[in-house]
Amino acid sequence: MNKVIAASAIGRKFGNTRALENVSFDISESEIFGFIGPDGAGKTTLFRIITTLLLPDEGKMTIMGLDCRTGYRQLRKNIGYMPGRFSLYPDLSVEENLNFYATVFGTTVKENYDLIYDIYSHIEPFKKRLAGKLSGGMKQKLALSCALIHKPGLLVLDEPTTGVDAVSRSEFWVMLKKLRQHNITIVVSTPYMDEAMKCDRVALIQRGRLLSINQPEKIREEFGRKLFSVTAPEKFKLINALRSFPGIRTAYPFGDSVHVTFKEDEFDDSIYKHLDRMGVINARITETKAGIEDSFLELMQKE
Amino acid sequence: MKRFIGFVKKEFLHIFRDFRTLIILFGIPTVQILIFGFVVSMDLKDANVAFLDLSNDEITRRISDKICSSGFFRRTDNLRDYKDVDRVMKKGDTRAVIIFGDNFGRDLARSGRATMSIIADGSEPNTATLITNYATAIITDFNRELDRTARIGNILVQPEVRMFYNPGLKGHFMFVPGVITLILILICALMTSITITREKEFGTMEVLLVSPLKPSQIILGKVMPYFLLSFINVILILLLSWLVFGLPVRGSIALLLAESMLYILMSLSLGILISTISKTMQQAIFISLVGLMLPTILLSGFIFPIENMPGIYDVVSSVLPPRYFILIIKNIMIKGAGFSDVWRETLIIALMTAVFIGLSIRNFKVRLQ
Repeated sequence: MNKVIAASAIGRKFGNTRALENVSFDISESEIFGFIGPDGAGKTTLFRIITTLLLPDEGKMTIMGLDCRTGYRQLRKNIGYMPGRFSLYPDLSVEENLNFYATVFGTTVKENYDLIYDIYSHIEPFKKRLAGKLSGGMKQKLALSCALIHKPGLLVLDEPTTGVDAVSRSEFWVMLKKLRQHNITIVVSTPYMDEAMKCDRVALIQRGRLLSINQPEKIREEFGRKLFSVTAPEKFKLINALRSFPGIRTAYPFGDSVHVTFKEDEFDDSIYKHLDRMGVINARITETKAGIEDSFLELMQKE
Repeated sequence: MKRFIGFVKKEFLHIFRDFRTLIILFGIPTVQILIFGFVVSMDLKDANVAFLDLSNDEITRRISDKICSSGFFRRTDNLRDYKDVDRVMKKGDTRAVIIFGDNFGRDLARSGRATMSIIADGSEPNTATLITNYATAIITDFNRELDRTARIGNILVQPEVRMFYNPGLKGHFMFVPGVITLILILICALMTSITITREKEFGTMEVLLVSPLKPSQIILGKVMPYFLLSFINVILILLLSWLVFGLPVRGSIALLLAESMLYILMSLSLGILISTISKTMQQAIFISLVGLMLPTILLSGFIFPIENMPGIYDVVSSVLPPRYFILIIKNIMIKGAGFSDVWRETLIIALMTAVFIGLSIRNFKVRLQ
């Protein structure tokens, strides 16, 4: 398969801070590739390098066959970019925003209407409304339409679902999946672990370094330990009690429960006694399957 | 080209959507011209004076009538005693008291000499100077009349003063060029630096950079609307000053407009330069206001004559483009000067423009930091 992006040993510093260090990855055509990591992990810096807005200090990156340093003029015609803050003009209407980006990229809305139809049709009824007055979900759809309007080969989305409601978020992913039919490669970043499962492949990024690149399923399998979910009415007390138990290896809060692993990788039932002694009542422990977040925390632990 | 037109269209939309921008563009110039023209007038008109006429004879009455009929002064009080002088001055609405001594007419007839005093309110030095100058001029004039009719006293050497170009010494002649200079540099530099930094702040600059637009297209597209609007502004100000103050343009209007265009271009490139060095709108506004407005008002010769400045200020002022434009525009409007009289200043502004454009292009990044 064709490589859309080939990055090897990319590094970038801001002053004395290392934003990226030895980052290597390949992205294939029509893939939805996700970068998952906490705020400040280096996702935005990496995306700015991919979109030719920043130069890497070290390493080499080829995007659609062009070098990111020298080929930026050519590349800029073929990249759709949606920055973390939706780059819309709040004082222009929905329609005017879209038309503006279309002309700037040398095309018309009509020409690529079929490409954005699925997304734009949701907001078309409000096309006379000023972009500043749209809700977060509608802004996101408009920004995506604007980034897509010139039919780019590569679509770069920096945290497109941050600050957007849950329904819009899941709709958004449905739309991204559809874009694959048009041979558009999508690079996306997100702080939400549930969205990672929807990517073809994900890279876990932490403090400027890639921890792992794999299919989301595989990353879950990489966990390689027995994982138990513990619930109790008083969660805070529960975590402290769990962490004070000598046989516990890790204990991380996970939604309503706490995910724990044991040092011996086997369930140790003396934990019930310990919890009792610590005053935790009604604790329930069940074995569970590792999620991508568990793998991520596990990898961070190893670092 | 289509891209560029689309970009310019968007800029116009920004301008016409934003009520505040329109006010800054067209409201402020109008208001400033009217304020400077009417309020900050340096002319003397109907200043209140009181008279203390201790001799009260024919001559003193003639003098005081002549003073009051000049249109510069208005009689408020006839005082009886020296004590009253302090009282009326303290009340504040009387700007000066004119005093004739005892036996003024008799002394004048007998010895050819008589004394009178003008006491002005020194807490407002400008007005006080104006009052004493005007009053002295009227009295000198009276002396001459007296000389001719009565043939007493010496024939004095009288300088005859004529004000060229502005015989009435009207303040508008000075303020209109100054206001044009100030408004153009403010609007052009402020507005362009704001619109460019606004794109940075909203994050839209990131996408514009990723787009196939060239930096020169982005800059030109930003500047073009303001160039047109500023040019309309110049015409508006000239019309306004002609209609309201009757200020003529003595020189060639075409030359004046061409020089204005050059100056607008200079201000716009300065605005771009400001935007390349500031990251936020606030920074840009601060630099434009503090860095441009104050020096233009204080150091360009708009209000205070450059000749009176200590050496160091003169040096500072010589790097300020408004200084040269004020000269150009004054010469053309008031003296009717042609290009041969202002080519030197024109050249200086043209060079400054080139430097600003060069620096802006060098500073404008095709990438983020």
